Amino acid sequence: MLHYLSQTFQKSYVLAEMETRKLLHDPTELISRAVQPILWLGIFGEALSKVRAIATPGLTYLQFITPGILTQSVVFVAIFYGLYVIMDRDTGVLQKLLVTPTPRLALVWGKMIAAGIRGLSQALIVFLFAMVLGIRLRITPWSVLGVIVIVMLGASFFTGLSMIVASIVKTRERFMGIGQVITLPLFFASNAIYPIAIMPAWLQAVARVNPLSYMVDGLRALMLSGGVARVGFDMGVLAIAALLISMLSAWFYPKVVM
Amino acid sequence: MSKTSSIIQVARLVKRFKDLAAVDDISFTVEAGEIFAFLGPNGAGKSTTIKVLITLLAPTSGTATIDGHDIARQAPEVRRAIGYVPQMISVDGTLTASENLMLMARLYDIPRAERKERVREMLAFLNLEGHTDALVRTFSGGMIRKMEVGQAMLHRPKVLLLDEPTTGLDPVARQNVWEHLFDLRGRFGTTIFFSTHNMEEADEVSDRVAVMNRGRIAATGTAEELKAKTGKPDATLEDAFIFFTGNKLQETGNFREIRRARQIERRLG
Repeated sequence: MLHYLSQTFQKSYVLAEMETRKLLHDPTELISRAVQPILWLGIFGEALSKVRAIATPGLTYLQFITPGILTQSVVFVAIFYGLYVIMDRDTGVLQKLLVTPTPRLALVWGKMIAAGIRGLSQALIVFLFAMVLGIRLRITPWSVLGVIVIVMLGASFFTGLSMIVASIVKTRERFMGIGQVITLPLFFASNAIYPIAIMPAWLQAVARVNPLSYMVDGLRALMLSGGVARVGFDMGVLAIAALLISMLSAWFYPKVVM
Repeated sequence: MSKTSSIIQVARLVKRFKDLAAVDDISFTVEAGEIFAFLGPNGAGKSTTIKVLITLLAPTSGTATIDGHDIARQAPEVRRAIGYVPQMISVDGTLTASENLMLMARLYDIPRAERKERVREMLAFLNLEGHTDALVRTFSGGMIRKMEVGQAMLHRPKVLLLDEPTTGLDPVARQNVWEHLFDLRGRFGTTIFFSTHNMEEADEVSDRVAVMNRGRIAATGTAEELKAKTGKPDATLEDAFIFFTGNKLQETGNFREIRRARQIERRLG
């Protein structure tokens, strides 16, 4: 058991490192991914903050949505990360990995961590652009550390979900279709761009079980209002959700490629 | 298991998918240091047999051992005893040559102190020292296959299993890949088990051939023995194949298999 765990941690690290090296060899992905959060903050956020349609007590609207936009851009990376499982499956890469003495959970965790690292690069972009727009955020060593933890946990959860979908549908076309269908509802049924309080009751119920809401909530507490207790609770929920989905994902992960 | 027994032993192996017996009661043995060809058309059950041997598919019935380890009950030991080169391209084009090898070195738990040297040696062995830090997607088909053999050999397995290793390669690259495989056997005594639908390749490189057709092994022996059994002077291995199976070795296979073969050809070529 101890051996299995140490193998799982070691191999996850190796696989995540290699995934990250790929990103360093070709960082264009990072640049193209920066566009979306910049548009949401710079255009959507600016426009809505002028209208003052949504009450965000104690915060400007731009402040309010910055953690939401950060969450959204991290979740977008993660929710499509399962595509790499399909790509590895279509080549012989997955087949070769499956024959090595690597625990299946490590194959899953490796991808989760790699998606988390991509998510962190998104966080950096959002922070920098928020500064350009003059949005006041709380930046302390602890808040930054907290943001890193929440981004990694949130990215892990949605990557796990994405890999389950990828393992079931098996083809790029179906996977992309499902990805498109689930991302916007996830985003709208959360507290990312408006407070849960203004939603109809049924949507509030959905938002409360949506892990994305816990990411936003934790990030909002860290980046703006503070509140250690809330952050701890959000992190706990995300950590448990990520762990459970990683086990489920390892179970669904392809066992052989025919 | 005694040390003198064959390195691969397969006895009455069956693998069924619903109604289809992809592997239908096959038995054979491979001796240590042998180059053993699994010859048959697409869809004959070659890949399925390999996937059972490498512990990815559980057999429906029958047994198989590699280096004395049972493939069904001792999968971790089997995995460490084998190296595997899939039919599809299994190097990562978006990583460099040394990163691709380093990945395998670490996944196979080669001690940290030895890894760098092992990777450097392997690159030298494959004549790829000049491409250490080049992304593998810039490589030619032959270089890619050599990299894959390198990845599968870093942990010095006793048995190397290759699924259609030279499909899609031009004759020069094919020759070059085989020279490296012969060299590996010379240095480490590696047993080489490979599948192919290429008669000439099976004839030229293997010590022994198993002729596989529709999930069954029609004959096993050296290429010369198989040819001699046809009774015809100057018989080719193709004649022997027809003699034993009653079939021509044509490109059968379904849409997926053919699409796959063409994809590999395009990527390697």
